Amino acid sequence: MTIQIDLTGKVALVTGASRGIGAEIARVFARAGAHVFVNGRNEQTLQELCSELGGNAEPLAFDVCDPKAIKEAFQKLFKQTKQLDILVNNAGILDDALIGMVTEAQVERTFATNTFSVLYTSQYGSRLMQRSSRDSSGNAKGGSIINVSSIIGRVGNHGQAVYAGSKAAVIGITQSLAKELAGSGIRVNAIAPGFIDTDMTRTIPEDKYKERMSSIAMKRIGTPEDIANTALFLASDLASYVTGQVIGVDGGMLI
Amino acid sequence: MTTERLKVVFAEALGLPAEKITDDLAYNSIKEWDSTAHMILVAALEDTFDVMLDTDDIIDMSSVAKAREILKKYDIEC
Ligand SMILES: NC(=O)c1ccc[n+]([C@@H]2O[C@H](COP(=O)([O-])OP(=O)(O)OC[C@H]3O[C@@H](n4cnc5c(N)ncnc54)[C@H](OP(=O)(O)O)[C@@H]3O)[C@@H](O)[C@H]2O)c1
Repeated sequence: MTIQIDLTGKVALVTGASRGIGAEIARVFARAGAHVFVNGRNEQTLQELCSELGGNAEPLAFDVCDPKAIKEAFQKLFKQTKQLDILVNNAGILDDALIGMVTEAQVERTFATNTFSVLYTSQYGSRLMQRSSRDSSGNAKGGSIINVSSIIGRVGNHGQAVYAGSKAAVIGITQSLAKELAGSGIRVNAIAPGFIDTDMTRTIPEDKYKERMSSIAMKRIGTPEDIANTALFLASDLASYVTGQVIGVDGGMLI
Repeated sequence: MTTERLKVVFAEALGLPAEKITDDLAYNSIKEWDSTAHMILVAALEDTFDVMLDTDDIIDMSSVAKAREILKKYDIEC
């Protein structure tokens, strides 16, 4: 049996889609037929990805740390499409430090990027979804919000209190919004990736890299596609009864 | 004065008869206009008048009169 996921007619926004996991999610969504707005801070990089994806993608550059920029981006989306079906909150940064050396600036930047942004995009995104979430007969068509958390947000890690806190908060936000928005047909789920091959993990010192690899039961690093396929499932009607969940995609990693 | 169009949107969104929609009808003063109904009302106003309201305006929309005043900022006379 072949199952094909078809997102034709759906409009998606993926934050942090200029590279890594977000770019792969945008590719997979566009291939499934969705119209994808790809976000990042650099218009040029986003343009390049959009050229690769053909007509199914367009850039929506803004800094997720700036609530005013988020508002303006959603106003643009509102004017242009009046529709949003899928929102992927993926933009994120990793900045490790032992607790004694954590700076205020680091805390603020990490939480602004990884956590506060999720609240603001979900606020505007869910409003847009609520408006486009009923079909002509008034039935909820539904929307899907997918938040990219982390295995670190679930179990914590040495030297990662700030990152872990910012990602654990994303799980709380996910579970709360799932309850609040279920009545509007909007599902809210999180993905908790393990150790994935992107720019974020390429800068890790060699000994730490080896340690991480040896903690993965499946004995391979994850690929952005592993995460994108899970996002595709959560975005699709196959997951129409799935909400408030945190799906670990980590090859059986133990931290 | 609450005009016809605004009255209709409020009445439909809050599930009230149109004669109950007066200028001084206030948010949270009746059970039909609670926070859940408020978000439904906002969506209805946005649909009808084709705008996207700021979060601050949604929070400030404390009465029918205030709603009209806020919509005026978006060049909507109603
Ligand atoms: N890689 C892993 O092993 C792993 C594991 C668990 C969780 N995650 C999570 O997965 C997500 C994606 O990570 P990744 O590995 O793909 O990282 P990455 O390769 O470093 O990419 C990060 C993306 O986020 C964007 N971004 C960062 N700050 C932004 C801001 N202020 N405004 C808008 N966009 C911003 C970047 O775009 P620009 O720099 O172009 O603006 C880029 O597209 C993150 O939330 C991360 O925490 C990753």
